[in-house]
Amino acid sequence: MLEIKALHASINGIEILKGLNLTVKPGEVHAIMGPNGAGKSTLASVLAGKEDYEITSGEIVFVGKDLLELSVEERAREGVFLAFQYPVEIPGVSNVNFLKTAMNEIREHRGLPALSAKEFLSLVKEKSALVELDASLASRAVNEGFSGGEKKRNEIFQMAMLEPKLAVLDETDSGLDIDALRIVAQGVNTLKTSDNATLVITHYQRLLDYIVPDYVHVLFDGKIVKTGGKELALELEEKGYDWIKS
Amino acid sequence: MRLRRIFFRVVMAGYTENELAEDLNQQEYRYGFVTDIASDVAPAGLDEQVIRWISEKKKEPQWLLEFRLKAFEVWKSMQEPEWAHVAYQKPDFQAISYYAAPKQSKKYESWDDVDPEMKETMSKLGISLEEQQRLTGVAVDFVMDSVSVGTSFKAKLAELGIVFCSFSEAVQEHPDLVKKYLGTVVPMTDNFYAALNSAVFSDGSFCYIPKGVRCPMELSTYFRINAGGTGQFERTLVVADESSYVSYLEGCTAPQRDENQLHAAVVELVALDQAEIKYSTVQNWYPGDNEGKGGVFNFVTKRGMCETQAKISWTQVETGSAVTWKYPSCVLKGDGSIGEFYSVAVTNNFQQADTGTKMIHLGKNTKSTIISKGISAGKSQNSYRGLVQIHAQAENARNFSQCDSLLMGSECGAHTFPYIECKNAGAQIEHEATTSKIGEDQLFYCQQRGISEEKAISLIVNGYCKEVLNQLPMEFAVEAQKLLSISLEGSVG
Ligand SMILES: Nc1ncnc2c1ncn2[C@@H]1O[C@H](COP(=O)(O)OP(=O)(O)OP(=O)(O)O)[C@@H](O)[C@H]1O
Ligand SMILES: [Mg+2]
Repeated sequence: MLEIKALHASINGIEILKGLNLTVKPGEVHAIMGPNGAGKSTLASVLAGKEDYEITSGEIVFVGKDLLELSVEERAREGVFLAFQYPVEIPGVSNVNFLKTAMNEIREHRGLPALSAKEFLSLVKEKSALVELDASLASRAVNEGFSGGEKKRNEIFQMAMLEPKLAVLDETDSGLDIDALRIVAQGVNTLKTSDNATLVITHYQRLLDYIVPDYVHVLFDGKIVKTGGKELALELEEKGYDWIKS
Repeated sequence: MRLRRIFFRVVMAGYTENELAEDLNQQEYRYGFVTDIASDVAPAGLDEQVIRWISEKKKEPQWLLEFRLKAFEVWKSMQEPEWAHVAYQKPDFQAISYYAAPKQSKKYESWDDVDPEMKETMSKLGISLEEQQRLTGVAVDFVMDSVSVGTSFKAKLAELGIVFCSFSEAVQEHPDLVKKYLGTVVPMTDNFYAALNSAVFSDGSFCYIPKGVRCPMELSTYFRINAGGTGQFERTLVVADESSYVSYLEGCTAPQRDENQLHAAVVELVALDQAEIKYSTVQNWYPGDNEGKGGVFNFVTKRGMCETQAKISWTQVETGSAVTWKYPSCVLKGDGSIGEFYSVAVTNNFQQADTGTKMIHLGKNTKSTIISKGISAGKSQNSYRGLVQIHAQAENARNFSQCDSLLMGSECGAHTFPYIECKNAGAQIEHEATTSKIGEDQLFYCQQRGISEEKAISLIVNGYCKEVLNQLPMEFAVEAQKLLSISLEGSVG
């Protein structure tokens, strides 16, 4: 589904990703851990196509397509979803209007007819229940005045609505209370199928108790320096990153 | 209730996001066509003769001719104002034709009698005659080049004693009302353009709501500038008698032309005791091309007079014209009267807008609210100019102003000129202002969800304008949203 080969990316002339390799198959959950500033969010932004980053070499193939050739919105329509570490606020634009616009653009791209208002609203109801998102939040302006946790939950709600092939969750667990963490994880698990894949960026092994990864990678200094199973996360929690760095 | 508007070819009922996408693909000014109807055009130039000619053409009573001639004398002694934050080639007032009537000797009995060419124009504007007739709840007074070609629903309104007709017709049929109120809110001496309008106004709309009557439908008038080289001088007078209510909509489009066209309208609103007038405008006159060539000069004087506990609210969405100079104002004369101003002004390419409001507090316990949202893109200049004046006798007056500017790109400008004159220490005045740029992060967020850049801008802009758009009647608001998107096409990246 996703194949990243020897990826080098820089911002303002500073190289951040320095030869990153990663292969994700359908149905898999990969966790990416690593110290602050290692390049985890950079990887997420590069996958989503943020223009600030310059790809100096390497390639990314996503479901058979050269991802680097596609614009931000084309990637999204092809099924790349990024749950942001810091979701932005869009004053005056209701969450539902925002999502309806997004959904219909994606559907159009896939040759599907636009959803009727009724279909859309029943979907909103179903998916907001999944992440136990307060109904009033769906009609409020996108993230405006949301608490940190509500913003994260809203990201997962959007993910549930848009049903991406590849979801990248950038520290979705930080700022969540224990209950919210469980609910968000439950949402992610419910949405998991044999056709989609999830990339979970996190600092805490706690999340991985709920979302059980097939692989755990350690990203350090722009490269994946170690890959293991679920137990690697436990080991990291115990020992920190120093033993890997050296 | 469903309205169909002439600004959009798309009928609102079946409005989908796809249609919005189609609109977004349409880059050219879509109403840029000239209808070829032989006009009865006044020779270019302005002197007493021309004024007499116009007045005679319109079979006006002597008092009105005298009003015009007096205004002409006043105008000759005035200078074109220089204080606005706009720069343009001053119109040559002697090169303009002051009157153009479609050459139709008889009045239309029904829409079927209308010139096919004119029907074509209207269908280009998205309003078929059949549809018009089927419209329920909307009375449209369609003004094409100065002379009103049709007024519908008059009978229904007449039952309630409501008068809604072209200005010329009102002069003939309700001369007492016209004479009583004309020039009482905007005196001919008010400013250069108002004086010019008073001398040469061609036609416009007149509306009278009798005591205690709530007008059951939105009254709407559409102005278009059509004949080449003609200025347009509309005159609108709305009188809401005691305890009455009316919501009045005005929309405009002008065909694409190379030379600048002058538009100098005067709108006077009179809200008597406890009356309420809601006046909404969507203006998308030709703004000129993306090199700054052509476009309409829009110099408009709009003012309302509020008597005791009366309320006037102005809502405007301004996306058109090359140069806009416009300050819908409220004179809060009566105790407890309320004035409101909600405005969105968009400028793109080389457009210049200097717009805002004046709230003149004379009465006790008067209240005013100003919400202004400026959006500038391209190389345009967008200025808010507002005056809040609290007179000494205006005990306990209150004002709240909020002026926001949104910039798109780095070559445009936004300016805010708030003036506050307060002569009563008990007044409460609040002013808030913000300037922001469309955030890269917001755009990226939208695009990451599959939304195209153009549509993302439209979403963000509409969100930004929401407080104002919410003031518009529903269907009008949907169109205004689309209009905003069209005006800002291609302004990022
Ligand atoms: N605009 C920029 N200019 C220069 N350096 C930048 C810029 N943006 C990011 N960086 C640097 O890139 C590096 C990687 O940042 P990134 O956000 O990807 O880290 P991260 O692994 O997500 O960290 P965290 O765990 O704190 O979220 C950091 O050293 C950061 O300072
Ligand atoms: Mg990060």
